[in-house]
Amino acid sequence: MATTAHVHAHAAPQGFIRKYIFSLDHKVIGLQYYFLALTAVFVGMFLSLLMRIHLIWPTAQLPLIGEIKPETYLSLLTMHGTIMVFFVLTTAPQGGFGNYFLPIQIGAPDMAFPVLNMLSFWTTFVAFLVLIAAFFVAGGAPLHGWTGYAPLSALSNSGPGEQLGADLWITSIALFCVASLMGALNFITTTLDLRAKGMTLMRLPLTVWAWFITAILGLLAFGVLLSAGILLLLDRNLGTSFYVPLVVVNGQLMGHKGGSPLLWQHLFWFFGHPEVYIAILPGMGVASQLLSTFSRKPIFGYRAMVYAIVAIGLLGFMVWGHHMFMSGMSPYSAFAFSLMTMSIGVPSAIKTFNWLGTLWGAKIRLHSPMLFAIGFVSLFVSGGLSGPFLAQPVLDIPLHDTYFVVGHFHLIMGVAAIFGIFGATYYWFPKMFGRMMDENLARIHFVITLVGTYAIFMPMHYLGMAGQTRRYSQFTEVAYQTKLLPLQTFMSYAAFITIGAQLIFLFNLFWSMWKGAKASDNPWEATTLEWTTATPPPHDNFGGLTPVVNHGPYEYNVPGVSKDYVMQTDPASAPAH
Amino acid sequence: MGLALLAIIWIITFISTYFFAAKTWWLPKGVAAAAPAIDNQFAFTYVAMGIVFVLAQGALGFLVWRYRDRGDLRKVSYSHGNTKLEVLWTALTAMLFIGLNLMGSPIWAAERFEPAKPDALPVEVTGMQFAWYFRYTGNDGKFGATKPELIDPSSGNEAAIGLNTNDPAAKDDVISGTMYLPVNREVDLQLRAIDVIHSFFVPAFRFKQDAVPGLRIHMHFTPTEIGDYEIACAELCGMGHYKMHGMVKVVSQADFEKWLADREAAKQ
Repeated sequence: MATTAHVHAHAAPQGFIRKYIFSLDHKVIGLQYYFLALTAVFVGMFLSLLMRIHLIWPTAQLPLIGEIKPETYLSLLTMHGTIMVFFVLTTAPQGGFGNYFLPIQIGAPDMAFPVLNMLSFWTTFVAFLVLIAAFFVAGGAPLHGWTGYAPLSALSNSGPGEQLGADLWITSIALFCVASLMGALNFITTTLDLRAKGMTLMRLPLTVWAWFITAILGLLAFGVLLSAGILLLLDRNLGTSFYVPLVVVNGQLMGHKGGSPLLWQHLFWFFGHPEVYIAILPGMGVASQLLSTFSRKPIFGYRAMVYAIVAIGLLGFMVWGHHMFMSGMSPYSAFAFSLMTMSIGVPSAIKTFNWLGTLWGAKIRLHSPMLFAIGFVSLFVSGGLSGPFLAQPVLDIPLHDTYFVVGHFHLIMGVAAIFGIFGATYYWFPKMFGRMMDENLARIHFVITLVGTYAIFMPMHYLGMAGQTRRYSQFTEVAYQTKLLPLQTFMSYAAFITIGAQLIFLFNLFWSMWKGAKASDNPWEATTLEWTTATPPPHDNFGGLTPVVNHGPYEYNVPGVSKDYVMQTDPASAPAH
Repeated sequence: MGLALLAIIWIITFISTYFFAAKTWWLPKGVAAAAPAIDNQFAFTYVAMGIVFVLAQGALGFLVWRYRDRGDLRKVSYSHGNTKLEVLWTALTAMLFIGLNLMGSPIWAAERFEPAKPDALPVEVTGMQFAWYFRYTGNDGKFGATKPELIDPSSGNEAAIGLNTNDPAAKDDVISGTMYLPVNREVDLQLRAIDVIHSFFVPAFRFKQDAVPGLRIHMHFTPTEIGDYEIACAELCGMGHYKMHGMVKVVSQADFEKWLADREAAKQ
């Protein structure tokens, strides 16, 4: 229980710079993270648009850009992956919504370390600029993929983009790691120490549980990536040989000796697999929150949901080897990694069953946030069920590094997580901006995006089974792959439409900020603490009051209560627990 | 919107499942000894996951439609869950996933825990930006030494892999840009790479293994049908990754011996 910890009260700043730029207010910082992620997602999506164009019209002359060369395609792919994984999927759900709503949902006036919070955002911002700079240096952006396997990523003559571009790429990731470590410390301390009276761990909204566990994953994972990245920089610039054995590149004997390419993969995936959960856990939290709220029913199996999040987080650190079944790692360890990976299916299935159990016997209000929560469940199921294929080393033989993998991770950690972000946006927009988003535009956006993403990513599984290798800029060189081009063409058109539909979202977002209908303090009739305070919340969140929590987070349709929901702060006399 | 959601989710599920079930796009025909077991495991996993997929999406669509708010006075069931049900489905999923793992493990063990048989044909694969080279021992049954200093990819074959022609064991080594294999004979494959990581992927053999600089990785497989099969590099290796393509020609034992003898003769 929260004891004596207090936030150093900071008065509301008056000047523009301290209020909106170098702000200490977690709400402003949350919005800064959100808009950074919004910028990043449109950059990342634009890169994927260029990739989809290149795949089906390899020699097309594009305005301003000209023809995309094979090596440019690989740069686009590298930057798309890096931007999306780090600056969108890690930034928006955790840095954005986590920052804004975690303190409010636990009844705290701010994060535990506001200055650290500000530093963590601005470090992330600089990391983004450094990454984008890689496009504009000699040689361009790196082509080694977001996974940056050494020695390709460790040698400046292994390809275009592997000069300064690659150094900037690593530097950006290292900065991002530092920022994420600061953020993680803040989230963990805040959750443990700043909960309001009565906010026991088992009364935390599932969103808070998700952010909390995500922060722990971040604390343990980003430190490893930071170290790995620094070693890679040393290999590239100071002639060390952590990852590079004796190699000959372009006929030139390089000066390295005795390093291990697999070491990079172990370190990278020790971060990389937990990173998948860093991206998706907040989405799971949001989905739980929205499904319960709009079903007007308590979440099915709250405790099981909490244990499942913890189990996923724990198991997430024991499975990184499933990315390496074909790497030359010991085949005996593949057996162990496979068993642990299959085990993750169990808590994931618990979550899915409990979401469906929440809908059972409910009275579902199909507002736009709920649509995206339902879409999240559908995508989570679809993306999740291809996991048990890839988790078996024997099936990984035909499927590893094919489009099957691309389809799998895009559905589950890409689109499902994005649906979590969309759901959260439509849900919390009224609280953040005091206005409602347009419901009709939201529905159109939802339908096109759901159908569109399935049309893009489901066929990737078929391609992968047929042996279509990923990260190929053209399919003209391998005869059996050329036959698969019609399906690629279909996917590109689906991508054009889906990308176009995101402009509807963008328009709705900005139009509603100024022109949307005025929102009440609790438009969704939800129960958690953010809905007890003013819209938008005041600087210290609760206007000088300290909330006292008497109920669990999902008390809907409690027998004997006339209203169909009991706020967490409602008097204890209400017959709920 | 409830009915629309049901329709959208069910139609997506139906179309997705249709193309899986109709096998419109599918694994290429397997022509290696391990293929039937791998394909079997694939099929079993795919049926199990397919059933879960249809049931879960079907239930999601149905529940959203059935329990939508119709503005009526229906009472919502107040429930925090059902421990019995939760234990049941946790146990069932655990059995399914662990069971799949245990089923697949013997196949993996046969492929990767056991070395090639002593009479297998040794073939060395060398990956480099952006080509594959294949080396055969010749009559002495031994690969000659290679030296990194001698590597010159632009000259091809012997020079590309840095063969030390002063080594007596290297005299009869045959190096080729196309892989020739006799049918129904096990191959003792030795993979290496000279610059970055590549991955030797022959879909028809259900075979894939990374070739890693600094490592010599032993693998084995047995092609079972005469024909030409494509090799595609499956690990991002640089700008020419997409064209790092090769061919495997599986021929009769007699044709293989003739090809090898011709290559030996051509060296003289």
